Amino acid sequence: MPDKKQDLIDQNLQDLNNDGVDRRGFLKCMAWAGTGLVWTMSGGVPVSRAFAKGYGKDAAKGGDFTFVQISDSHIGFNKPANPDVTATLQTAINKINAMPQKPDFIIHTGDLSQLSKPSEFDTLDQVLKGASAKQIHFVPGEHDMLSDNGEQFLQRYGKGTKGSGWYSFDQKGVHFVGLVNVANLKAGGMGSLGHEQLEWLEEDLKGRSASTPIVLFAHIPLWTIYPDWGWGTDDSEQALSYVKKFGSVTVLNGHIHQIMQKVEGKVSFHTAMSTAFPQPAPGTAPSAGPLKVPAEQLQQVLGITDVNYVVSGRSLAVVDSPLSS
Amino acid sequence: MTRKGIWVSGMAMPLVIGILLLAVSSRITANAQPAAAPMEITIDNFSFGPQTASVPVGTTVTWINRDDIPHTSVSTESVFKSKVLDTDEKFSYTFTKAGTYPYYCTIHPKMTGKIVVQ
Repeated sequence: MPDKKQDLIDQNLQDLNNDGVDRRGFLKCMAWAGTGLVWTMSGGVPVSRAFAKGYGKDAAKGGDFTFVQISDSHIGFNKPANPDVTATLQTAINKINAMPQKPDFIIHTGDLSQLSKPSEFDTLDQVLKGASAKQIHFVPGEHDMLSDNGEQFLQRYGKGTKGSGWYSFDQKGVHFVGLVNVANLKAGGMGSLGHEQLEWLEEDLKGRSASTPIVLFAHIPLWTIYPDWGWGTDDSEQALSYVKKFGSVTVLNGHIHQIMQKVEGKVSFHTAMSTAFPQPAPGTAPSAGPLKVPAEQLQQVLGITDVNYVVSGRSLAVVDSPLSS
Repeated sequence: MTRKGIWVSGMAMPLVIGILLLAVSSRITANAQPAAAPMEITIDNFSFGPQTASVPVGTTVTWINRDDIPHTSVSTESVFKSKVLDTDEKFSYTFTKAGTYPYYCTIHPKMTGKIVVQ
């Protein structure tokens, strides 16, 4: 990256940090989505810097572990916005395999498939088999629950989970919770967790110490981004009320096929790019349909997110990087 | 029998069948006469168009998905339920009773519509 551009990014990021989390800073984050950002979450204060500068060095210093989030692979999609989603997923996996620090596991935040077809899940499995990280944790997107209420998804990716596929697990002191907000959606509404899952979540978090870093992940954003397009979860506020006591909460979502982030108190929210096709920024198009970009730009708007956990700082650094970098 | 005779009888048979078929099909047409003209609802840009459609009893409504993303058309009161409609796929339902039928896309529940049958 030319120095001039790098300086500009640094300047923007500095402004962003000074700004806190207002709309101006938020938009700047979006503007630089394609270049990749690192931000470290520490006590609710985000510290950002450009992906290209310094991240490799810090990673080499060695946080306790790293995991990668991929999202919205939509295997089976073949429209002009990306005629070969299997190839771009493969590129994402290659990128993960080339990471200097091998991730402990991968999280897939849903929309594995386009139409929940067995052949689409088969293709996904084939590609994911090549990932260096063997452990992959899934939550379903609405595209994975078509026709059969997600039965096939549960059989393939949700063994041992509760309800429509929610679960939690611990990794080196960090508590991870996979939530499902794409089941039994009500007419006119957005994403929904439902009473049963909320009760389970409250119970799941109850006994944990406030110093436990928490990572919540689900397909549809757990914060309201754009209600007109259904980009939010109707009962997410109740879910978030259960994490209030914790000092470090990271919320990872997909669904909107672009990076957005927000910090509210000690909770940092983050949405990932898709590995398949981009979607328009809220309200900038007649609908949320796939965004067609020139073929040579596609890999700049698809990507992966890796998250680096450093024990000493009790912080999680979230790094987005486009497939093209 | 002369060769001419064979030719005549050979032609007569299809002619008779043809007349019979014509009679049957015209009867079908006659029976269908009272039915209302079909109604088409286009799914485009994550919305149903027209969002509210008023139709006479007996109308067959056809939904057609023109988006690059799959949608469904499902009655909120479980009266009708389409399969998942991928691009250019259709679903039809004939409304035989008067009433208001709200429906939505179960994949994108912000998408709602209404059929008013009179």
